[in-house]
Amino acid sequence: MPALGADMESGTVTEWLVEPGGEVRKGDVVAVVETHKGAIEVEIFEEGVIAELVAKEGDEVPVGGVLARLAKPGEELEMREEPEAAEEQGATTKPGPAEKAPAVEEPPKIAPPSRPKAEPPRPEVPAAAARPAAETRAKVSPAARRRAAEIGIDPETLEGTGIDGSVTLADIEAAGHRAPAARPKTAKGKPDKARGSFDPIEMRQAIAAAMSRSKREIPHYYLTIIIDMGRAQGWLEDYNRERPPEERLLPAVLPLKATALALKQVPQLNGFWEDGQVARADRVNIGWAIALRGGGLIAPAIRDVDTLSPSDLMAALRDVVARARSGGLRSSELTDPTFTITSLGERGADSVIGVIYPPQVAILGLGRVSERPWVANGRVVARPLMVASLSGDHRASDGHTGGLFLSALDRLLQEPDAL
Amino acid sequence: MTEEEVRQLACELLSDIAPDTDPSALSGKEDIREALDIDSMDFLNFVIALNKRTGVAIPEEDYPELFTMDDIVAYVQR
Repeated sequence: MPALGADMESGTVTEWLVEPGGEVRKGDVVAVVETHKGAIEVEIFEEGVIAELVAKEGDEVPVGGVLARLAKPGEELEMREEPEAAEEQGATTKPGPAEKAPAVEEPPKIAPPSRPKAEPPRPEVPAAAARPAAETRAKVSPAARRRAAEIGIDPETLEGTGIDGSVTLADIEAAGHRAPAARPKTAKGKPDKARGSFDPIEMRQAIAAAMSRSKREIPHYYLTIIIDMGRAQGWLEDYNRERPPEERLLPAVLPLKATALALKQVPQLNGFWEDGQVARADRVNIGWAIALRGGGLIAPAIRDVDTLSPSDLMAALRDVVARARSGGLRSSELTDPTFTITSLGERGADSVIGVIYPPQVAILGLGRVSERPWVANGRVVARPLMVASLSGDHRASDGHTGGLFLSALDRLLQEPDAL
Repeated sequence: MTEEEVRQLACELLSDIAPDTDPSALSGKEDIREALDIDSMDFLNFVIALNKRTGVAIPEEDYPELFTMDDIVAYVQR
């Protein structure tokens, strides 16, 4: 049972998506687990064959408890005959050395909240893909996968017309037209009301625990800057003018990208406070705080934001917001963020000064953009302004560093063409 | 589309977006964003769906003409 946040103690297995004997690959979704953050799809980070499902559907398992046993490819029989060796490896553990009967005991973990995964970003794969043997998986282009996830089609069920029989974007669009009523679907391809729901009381308690820990342990410092968003808005209006609604960008995309680029310039703010020191993250995975209907808050990761174009970022944002609200977030998405942004949107407050989500070391708060007086070239003019606020962990960085980050953010937003 | 058809369609799309609300209970003049607590992503999804279902092009600068039920009806019928 992975720890999906510093405050999680246990989770309940609601559904297994694999069976004993089934092959799994890195990144496959193997189970759905109910946590205080709602239903989360648990991924596996090893390759092999499911030897045994230890936890039954409905079982509550403490963090670190064994969910299933995994045999490496070709080891299935030995694993069954040597249960003691198998005992050492939960489905979620790192593999031992390559020898048989590994004696290495590592704490079972999928992704501890304190460390980002080193894997490259994976395109969206419907969880049902974990069911058939892995080698039967269809080749699907990343763009096609993304589109398929958007319109609720399982690309694995389609016949591809691309090179090598791969499923292309056009195949997905064609399938979308054949099934115009297709709706975004959950792990097993059936709409399930319960998937999007969460217990508001438990969610409140989880937020209370994480935020109390933050304010108890993290000496925050706070900096704010007022950013002229005129150029960014103008760029966005031009971009959106010629495009149909489904291809338009939301204003949030530009500050999101600019934040990632600013973090590349000031990497001290991108990472974790671990064992009394800063561990900088290699990747820029930004947790995007999403308010849930019914009073919840969750900040899943948008990965490698620094490398994504604005339109790719929009697709990623749309995908993660939809899944946060309908159920279907991945376990790694809750543990991957290296930095968080909280944005109150167009109807929110003028500024928001965030509480750091431990073990991260900083959070950026974006207020709404509103027209206000601004002095440019010695004249007072009306400009769309946004207050950006940085909360930093003073153990990990100083105000000087935070100031460099905010001024980099401002500079980047003045050149939207480069984002 | 008749006024009633537009209103029904808008209610259907909005209750998909905000399933815990009852858009049909809105007065014609209420701001749907406030009344249903929908954010900019929700609103964009509403515009996408409305555009697909009615075929009416909705440029971004017209978004403010879609903030109340009465305005939505007038806009689609225009």
